[in-house]
Amino acid sequence: MKPVNTEAQPVNAEAPNAPLVLGIETSCDETGVGIVRGRDLLANTVSSSMDEHVRFGGVIPEIASRAHLEAFVPTLEQALETAGVTLEELDAIAVTAGPGLAGALMVGVSAAKALALATGKPLYGINHLVAHVSVGLLHHDGAAVAGGLLDADGRAADGLGALLVSGGHTEILRVGDLAADVALLGATIDDAAGEAYDKVARLLGLSYPGGPAIDAAAQGGDPAAFRFPRGLSNAKYMGSAEEPGKHRYDFSFSGLKTAVARVVEAYEAEGEEIPVADIAASFQESVVDVITRKAVLAATENGLNTLLLGGGVAANSRLRELAEERCAEHGIRLVVPPLSLCTDNGAMVAALGARLVSGGIAPTGLEFAADPGLPVTQVSLR
Amino acid sequence: MLLLCLDSSAAASVAVVDTDAGSPRVLASWETPDTRAHAEVLAPAVDTVLDRAQVAPGGLGGVLVGTGPGPFTGLRAGLATARTLAFAWRLPCYGMCSLAAIAHVVARLPAASRPPQFVVASDARRREVYWAVYSASSDLHASSADPAGVQSARLIDGPFVGPAEDVPGLPVFGRGAGLYADRLRQPVKEVVPGALQTGSPAEWQPHAGFLGLAAAATVNAGGTLSQDTAPLYLRESDAKVPGPRKKATA
Repeated sequence: MKPVNTEAQPVNAEAPNAPLVLGIETSCDETGVGIVRGRDLLANTVSSSMDEHVRFGGVIPEIASRAHLEAFVPTLEQALETAGVTLEELDAIAVTAGPGLAGALMVGVSAAKALALATGKPLYGINHLVAHVSVGLLHHDGAAVAGGLLDADGRAADGLGALLVSGGHTEILRVGDLAADVALLGATIDDAAGEAYDKVARLLGLSYPGGPAIDAAAQGGDPAAFRFPRGLSNAKYMGSAEEPGKHRYDFSFSGLKTAVARVVEAYEAEGEEIPVADIAASFQESVVDVITRKAVLAATENGLNTLLLGGGVAANSRLRELAEERCAEHGIRLVVPPLSLCTDNGAMVAALGARLVSGGIAPTGLEFAADPGLPVTQVSLR
Repeated sequence: MLLLCLDSSAAASVAVVDTDAGSPRVLASWETPDTRAHAEVLAPAVDTVLDRAQVAPGGLGGVLVGTGPGPFTGLRAGLATARTLAFAWRLPCYGMCSLAAIAHVVARLPAASRPPQFVVASDARRREVYWAVYSASSDLHASSADPAGVQSARLIDGPFVGPAEDVPGLPVFGRGAGLYADRLRQPVKEVVPGALQTGSPAEWQPHAGFLGLAAAATVNAGGTLSQDTAPLYLRESDAKVPGPRKKATA
């Protein structure tokens, strides 16, 4: 075993076709280690600290970071066992370098660097958001796990977009080539959608995480009972296709949260029982309406005919329902990966790493810093 | 036995230490004064130090890591690095309180400058110190294993976190003594000739090299190294469980 040279290595002219890559994800509250061979998913081990955040009603970065440190080696060990491979067999290691929580990212990055140093394998510091789209590459038991969205080179056959909706992200992406061409079409300017769910769940006395709690409470409610705002939907923000406004494809959920609080307070002031089901259904309708409306608008105006749904909120029943309905209306193919690959995981990081190895992209080396605000246009760090 | 030693409890440092009883020594070491870039620098530093020491990972007998106390994020970078290296190299990972590195230096001061009991204090930020009480007396480990008659430090109490005023009236060594000299009863500031660590004792930070020498002293006195690498955070996260929401009333 010889320590790896820390200088960036030259582009590999004979990049393996099906590289064995281990991916590490610690950007939020899931410690994920995934292993892929080319496009084949071999292991996707996740340890979540979600239970430790329940009493706070949201992810506490310090608690998440502490949990990552304790979970990392056991998660790594289990992923290797599940995949039936050894560290020596790996062709490369990939780790989420950002965007995400700074302290949480640093645990994964420190561990990944140590692993790369100890094994002498090349290390890629990669983009978390682009990794979410990379599940579109994966196959499991001979079948594509997410509709085989990308050709063998990681290029989208034709217009591919992604809609990422989670506790930390709400973004619309255009994907030309996973390794080289990803653009941000729209994003939230304040809270992420999942964060709005958590905050509203608390207003309504529902449990954390708010997504499933509100989804369940909304089942018996009237989504038209309250007309809550659709953020950034006014003409001045939207503009037109020819002259787009500043926030045509962007989202805002903080005003919506405030509107829900006003309604709840009004009922309390009157001493009346809060109509939880109706508020939950109306809130959910507002979130899902504006997300799907803007995603479909961005798709049709940017020549995207396929939309990959990613992030934990992809589990939301109403989001899936309305996204399917509206995509169908506009001739857009909606692809929803299995939930274990929608939420944060290491397999998606490994999948993107494998794509970078196959594409002959130079590894990042050991000297890079995690970047909590890494822009989506930067697929891997150089 | 060769130990790869890491400490990221204050500044970050890496060393290869030979613990052999005859002449425990630091074969190579590296440190940075930067207290905020541990995640970036540690792995390349390990590579550098192994290279300088001309040691291959296969020649190591273990990885030793300072478990703090220290600021959380930097501390975790060292622990994540050490645990992962040990896992990949199939080596034992040993943990030791980072303050022991400075305690070792004090225990090896020339007899005239060496207090029988003392405090090691480091910067805990928020106008507080991490501190622990050590004794430099050789009453624990028989000095028969230590033919030169030099002594090792023994933890008496701590580690704790709190205001400098809580520290007992014993000589205080380490960066905490420099930061809060006016609030401590006996900060040690004068350079001690013959000390293993250079500079004013009031500026001493835990260093991986001295941590390794402290481990060597333990092993050579017949003690065993702990494989507990749980971080000594000493503080909970700042997060507060939210109270009941304020209700609007008519």
